[in-house]
Order: sequence, then structure tokens, then C-alpha cells
Amino acid sequence: MEAIINMALLTLLALVTVAIIAQRSLIGVVILASIYSFLMASVMIVLDAVDVALTEASVGAGISTVLLLGALHLTKTREISVPQTKIGPILLSLAVGVALVWGALVLPPFGDPNAPIHLHVAPYYLREAIIETHVPNIVTAILADYRGFDTLGETTVIFTAGIGVLLLLRGLRRRGTGSERPESDGPESDGPESDGPESDGKEGSR
Amino acid sequence: MNGDLIQRVATKLLLPFIVLFALYVQFHGETSPGGGFQAGVIIAAGVILVSITFGQTTAKKIAPWGLVERMIPLGVFIFAGTGVVSFFSGANFLDYSVLAHDPVHGHEYGIIIVEIGVLITVAGTMISLFYAFVERGR
Repeated sequence: MEAIINMALLTLLALVTVAIIAQRSLIGVVILASIYSFLMASVMIVLDAVDVALTEASVGAGISTVLLLGALHLTKTREISVPQTKIGPILLSLAVGVALVWGALVLPPFGDPNAPIHLHVAPYYLREAIIETHVPNIVTAILADYRGFDTLGETTVIFTAGIGVLLLLRGLRRRGTGSERPESDGPESDGPESDGPESDGKEGSR
Repeated sequence: MNGDLIQRVATKLLLPFIVLFALYVQFHGETSPGGGFQAGVIIAAGVILVSITFGQTTAKKIAPWGLVERMIPLGVFIFAGTGVVSFFSGANFLDYSVLAHDPVHGHEYGIIIVEIGVLITVAGTMISLFYAFVERGR
């Protein structure tokens, strides 16, 4: 049964990927990417990685869809010129694809309990995490405690990325036209909800 | 007032549950799936929903620019500060054993504090980014 669900989800993933490539309207691409994220979250649930599924659904399907629609609002939603087919990029993509498949062939079988990754530190975490931290969700214990440095780095990455994007979107313009922060509560000509399809997309992605 | 009736009513109905679910994901994250990152994103989603339905002015009454901006460094500060506190209490950086009387409770408290730091930074970043996009678009 699980195999059937997996096959169905992975087939849908492949279909959505093809649809994303074929789609020329960028709003359509964003919505399809959101669908892709939801399918991916379902795959994660089937694989019992519920924490990852929750992240994928909230970040991949929720926030990034909203932010991409916001970015589309600042630009135009249709591609101007269709790039011409060139033989070089196709060969490069095919070569990378073949290399990835070739590399995947030597990986241990899917779900193999004796794979090296399951024999290194994972048994220790499974055995000791509840005793050492009293936290039943081992994923949380690993992320916040055993791998605290990693998570601190991850939070710093979010911090840095957020500051960088804020500077790009706001800071440079403010320097150019004087301070306009106080005006932000002005008349409500709010961008994103002005056209229908975008708002629909945001609602649907939640 | 913009947005249609169904959207406004649905937002009002959904919002408490979105925030409640975020708090559940945050503070129940030790026993069930979730944690600071996911909870931060869900809270941001709630604010963004308000902003889409009722406009920027209403959203900024809930989450003002100044607050949201300061949340970004505050979370990192809480996280790193936990490490510094444990460092000066005689353990390694980010070793929570010394935060309470016995190591096990120390680890529990440490995880909770650190997750709150992650929540604050993630929620602040996501809301700020959305505000910046909206402001740029007007």
C-alpha cells in the first residue's frame, strides 16, 4: 500500500515538474511550485519525516509562494522572449543527470537499516536522547541540543539573508529619495490584493 | 476596507487557530513534530493573511515595523546568548547542562530557550520580507 502511494506521489511530482517547464505564465509556475511543495510534504509524511513535512508545507508551499507572488507583483508576470533551444545546455543537463543517476546507483538500497548513515551516531541519539534531555521528539533534541551549533548557524543564515533582502528592497531606495518609513501607514493602495489571480493563489497555498 | 466578504470572515475565523497552532507547534515541539522554525513561519503566515485581507495598516497594528525588524537580531541574540551564559557557567558553548540544577533539566530548558530564539528570528524575517515587498510595490 505504501509503495502504491509513493509511486502515485512521485508520478505526480514528475508531472508537476513537466508542467512547470511547459508553463509560460509565471503566476502559473509559482502555483505549480506550491503544488510541488505540497506533494513533497506528502512524500515526507509517507516516509515518516513529519518535521520535514511540516517545514516543507509551511515554508515551501506557504511563505515562499507568497514571497514569489510579491516578487512577480514588482516585475512582470509573463516571459518576454522564449529562449532558443541550444544544444550545449541540453548536453550539459543530460550529463549532470546521468552523473547523478550513476552516483545514486552505488548508494545503499532505499530504507536499508544497515546503511552507514544509520550505524554512525543515529543509534546513540535513539538510545540516549530521551535519557539525556527528557525530550521525546528526538528530531528536536538533535536540532536544538546535539547539533546546537548547526542550528545557531542556520538561524544566523536566516538573519543574514533577511537583512540582505531588506537592504536590497528598502534601504537603497530610502537613501535615494529621503526617509519614507513614516509614510508606510499611508493610503491603502496595497499592491498584492489588487488583482484576482494573485490573491487566489495566496489563499490556495495556505 | 478591501477584500471580499468571504475572505474577511474566513480570515477572522481562522486567525486565532493559526496563532494557536503556531504556539502548539512551538511549545509542544518537544513531544510532537515541529519547533521554532515551523512555528515562526506559521505566525508570519497569520500576519501575512491579515495584511492581504485587511491591508497593511491593520497588519502593522498587530506587528509594527519597528518590532518586526528588531525581532530579527533579537532571536539570534537569545540563541547565542544562551551559549554565552552556559560558557560563563563553566561548560562548553551551547552546552545546556549547567542551565539548571541537574543536567537533564538544563538540557530541557536550553532547548526551549533556543527554540524561542529561532521562532523570533524566523517570524521577524518572514514578516519583514513581506512588508518590504508590499512597500516596494506601492
